[in-house]
Amino acid sequence: MTTVTEREREEIEHLLPWYAAGTLSRRDAHRVKAALANDPELARRYDMVREEHGHTVHLNETSGAPSAHIMERLFAKIDAEVEQVAPPFNLGARVHEFVAAMHPRTIAWYALAGAVAIVLQASLITGIAFKSPAAFETASMSGPVKAIGSFALIRFQPQASAEEITRFLSDNKLRLVDGPSAGGIYRVKIAAVPLSRSKMAERIKTLQNEHVVSFVGAAE
Amino acid sequence: MQTSDEVLIGRIAQGDRLAMRALYARHHVRVYRFLLRLVRSEATAEDLVSDVFLDVWRQAHKFEHRSAVSTWMLGIGRYKALSALRRKPEDELDEETAAGLEDGADDPEITLAKKDKGNVLRECLHALSDEHREIIDLVYYHEKSVEDVAGIVGIPEATVKTRMFYARKKLSELLKERGIDRGWP
Repeated sequence: MTTVTEREREEIEHLLPWYAAGTLSRRDAHRVKAALANDPELARRYDMVREEHGHTVHLNETSGAPSAHIMERLFAKIDAEVEQVAPPFNLGARVHEFVAAMHPRTIAWYALAGAVAIVLQASLITGIAFKSPAAFETASMSGPVKAIGSFALIRFQPQASAEEITRFLSDNKLRLVDGPSAGGIYRVKIAAVPLSRSKMAERIKTLQNEHVVSFVGAAE
Repeated sequence: MQTSDEVLIGRIAQGDRLAMRALYARHHVRVYRFLLRLVRSEATAEDLVSDVFLDVWRQAHKFEHRSAVSTWMLGIGRYKALSALRRKPEDELDEETAAGLEDGADDPEITLAKKDKGNVLRECLHALSDEHREIIDLVYYHEKSVEDVAGIVGIPEATVKTRMFYARKKLSELLKERGIDRGWP
């Protein structure tokens, strides 16, 4: 029979609630089990613990549950947050996904067709450029539309929450237009019109002072 | 096989709402009951449940796997409950708290005669201080280890053990006052 000192007995008595709940380590559980087998008074106190355990569980199990509308309200909030911070448009990932889904022969055909299109486009642009020097002026109804406004490149702090980023964008009247690219950089529209160099520098400096960003730079 | 909480948290961090629903279904009742015991108001506990799970949704990417997901959530819940209690005016006493108080009209023998031992024990559990009731719930109902309780409550492991011991001792004293002498302490 193992002799247990008074201090060890007290230590073991302190562990009884966890022994009853089955949350002791294997080593401690073994210690308690051995002590209980040799100490009738400790075993009697363990019976009290088991009684308390059972009634605590009963008390909790009969204390009700939250109403169903709590879940509806929670997921409405989550949906609203998801809509506010729509997943960023990742062109690279989309192209990769598209190509990965195709048969190798199809990819080869697309590559060939693409090469032909590039050659034709290059010839066309060269021809237009030589014929009409004014052709680069912006046309209002046809031709490629140049992005209007001022843009910045922003990287957010990794610790920034979706809520903080949303608030930052909203407070500064910014709009995410692309990203994230390599290094987690987003392209953000910061003004509807092209800003002068000094105004742009001023705006960038203001944004750099925000704690949710780790980098802000002017974009072309 | 059931998907583990840790896997669900990983999916939630990627914005998976279905994983969020699964985690909510699995844990919302226990989180609610833990909060209810702390704030003693069903309406406040319901609001806090929503807040806890909204935090889980927002902070899932920060979960560091240093504890079980349920332990992490109870820690968030406890923090929110204590913040809510600090905001609550001290003289505000909800009906449930009032109902839990003894009116002192009956002596222990009459009280015992009216109810069986189980009822008296549950009444005494209810009458414990918030600190003692919290630790008893965490250990017995939420099945948290000494280490987990220390993490949730923010106290050393040795204090967890002594606090639990004194909570049980107080429970025995309350039982004795109501006519049930367990011969301990």
